[in-house]
Amino acid sequence: MKLLISTFILGLLYSILLLGSESQAEVGGLVILAFIVSLLGKKMGLMDRLASAVQEFPKFPAYATVAGVLITMVVFHNSHFALLMLATVLIYSIVCLGLNIQFGYVGIVNFAGAAFFGIGSYTAAILATHTAVPHLVILLLAACVSALIGSILIYPVLRTRGHYAALVTIAFGILFRNFLEVNDTLGGPQGMKIPPLNLFGWNLSNGIEILGHEISFYIPYLLVALILLILSFTITRNLERSWIGLSMDMVRTDEIAASTYGVNVAHWKIVAFTLGNLIAGMAGALYGMMTAYVAPNNFTFADSLILVSIVILGGIGNPWGIIPAAAIVVILPEKLQFIQEYRFLLYAIVVILILLFRPDGLLPRRIREYFPGNKGGDPK
Amino acid sequence: MSQAKKQILAATNLTMRFGGVTALDSLSMHVNEGEVLGLLGPNGSGKTTFFNVITGLYRATSGNVTFRGKDLTDASAQEVYREAITRTFQRSRLSLPLTVFDNIAIGDNRRLNTGLLFNLFRRKEFKQEYDREVDQVNQLLLTFNPKLANKIFEPVASLAMIDRRRIEICRALISEPDLLLLDEPSAGMTHDETVEVMDDILQVRSKIKPFTIILIEHEMSLIQRMTERCIVLNYGKKIAEGTYDEIVNSPEVQVAYLGQE
Repeated sequence: MKLLISTFILGLLYSILLLGSESQAEVGGLVILAFIVSLLGKKMGLMDRLASAVQEFPKFPAYATVAGVLITMVVFHNSHFALLMLATVLIYSIVCLGLNIQFGYVGIVNFAGAAFFGIGSYTAAILATHTAVPHLVILLLAACVSALIGSILIYPVLRTRGHYAALVTIAFGILFRNFLEVNDTLGGPQGMKIPPLNLFGWNLSNGIEILGHEISFYIPYLLVALILLILSFTITRNLERSWIGLSMDMVRTDEIAASTYGVNVAHWKIVAFTLGNLIAGMAGALYGMMTAYVAPNNFTFADSLILVSIVILGGIGNPWGIIPAAAIVVILPEKLQFIQEYRFLLYAIVVILILLFRPDGLLPRRIREYFPGNKGGDPK
Repeated sequence: MSQAKKQILAATNLTMRFGGVTALDSLSMHVNEGEVLGLLGPNGSGKTTFFNVITGLYRATSGNVTFRGKDLTDASAQEVYREAITRTFQRSRLSLPLTVFDNIAIGDNRRLNTGLLFNLFRRKEFKQEYDREVDQVNQLLLTFNPKLANKIFEPVASLAMIDRRRIEICRALISEPDLLLLDEPSAGMTHDETVEVMDDILQVRSKIKPFTIILIEHEMSLIQRMTERCIVLNYGKKIAEGTYDEIVNSPEVQVAYLGQE
């Protein structure tokens, strides 16, 4: 427990420093520090010790994450940029949880993640501009539209496997962007404005004052994102720890053995694909409302690649890996602005180094435990 | 004799063509309830194809298959499984990253509740079903080979070849099938190991229920020990049928295996 708490405090301090850092020296120093710490940690077997500590307190990471986000939020209560980044990390994590169901469990690599994210954003833009649908309902509707449009892809994805299914999604992602650019009703290349999220008559984009402190308008979005993250995380987690997760794993690892034992391969592929797109669409709608603006350029193939790389970097199939991976992928390029064009080069090097030292991602998927800390009818 | 044997599985004029290759050539055969039938033949004679056609992985070009009088010719793999027919594969088809429990539990798929709401949100009820399943898998492992019961939550990748084969057989047995298709269980194992695994199977069979077995095997001593009746295939055709002694002495079988003198 001591180890967990001290790791939590150090991690929190580090992310607050990184989010708040502005000068080149600070950011550079912090990146190098992270590198040294991870090398030392590897030598000391820190990851294994942490893992066994988590084994003892399986609920700790969840509480720590929520607490970490809340504390960071309070620290940066009036700094728009830091909060925007934090909210973006959360929203990207939500999308990647969806992709993780597709990629990590059932084995469909979806290279159109940004497209489904975009469908969510555009749906929100249209519904919020032209209708009086309550905005929370819009989040749900956007998710459904994204899943519905995704169902166009179900047939080709079912008929193909592995790389070929991935190609189908790549084609869809490119089609989607081109469609947006030539479609004038959707704003063409200029995109559309989205009215801010309005919860129960409260316009979230108006600044708020609490106890004399002015609070950034990003905070409410951050909280909504946090709630959605917890929701989709719970769904992903329970999915993995159930017969559905088992069936999906069988579909991924051996379709022939799976169907011989009565697993309906097509059914689970459809469920995973739809559920993933649903989650991506929901996240997209929130993101659109937060940034108040959607344009085709936000949903390119490169963005889809970034989403897939978050899943791989985090450890395919492990929802826990996604959050730190999303943090690295979102925050690092922004913070490395001081080296101008070279920032993506450095960012790429960091990603390659991580995968070199941890080929299965930051937090590789562990063996399934249906009820951690409690083996159920354990014979021993 | 009042023991008129009841047929459990029958194939009539079963033909399977892959382009120009005829893997099964109007094969007619049957299996009696509760018997152990040996299926022999040189490599490429159509034994595994026969299994694949029965289990719905391939669709027969012509002919038909009935199981307990029900037509299974065009049934999908899932439908065949639900009729309580299970199989093992010649090359191990376990999911290596998954645990022993996971690999066996999926074999019980038809009794698992895979409803979305049940699995995602009714965790208490799910826990009950899960505990029951753990108990069942554990029971089977204890009956099959008690040494394996300690490894129930270990990944299959960490097990030796012989244990993996055992797990595969357990996966086929957990749903208490009526017909078990064993595709060359000796592949990749030593003679002694195979004998050990076969003894385990016979032991479970005597304890749980006398299910019917079709056994594809090259190891002749195993065929002699296990089977009551044998069918020999060559180029997709049945060339001999009878007890072990009968087929071993059949001139056609000798020609098929050893060639014409």
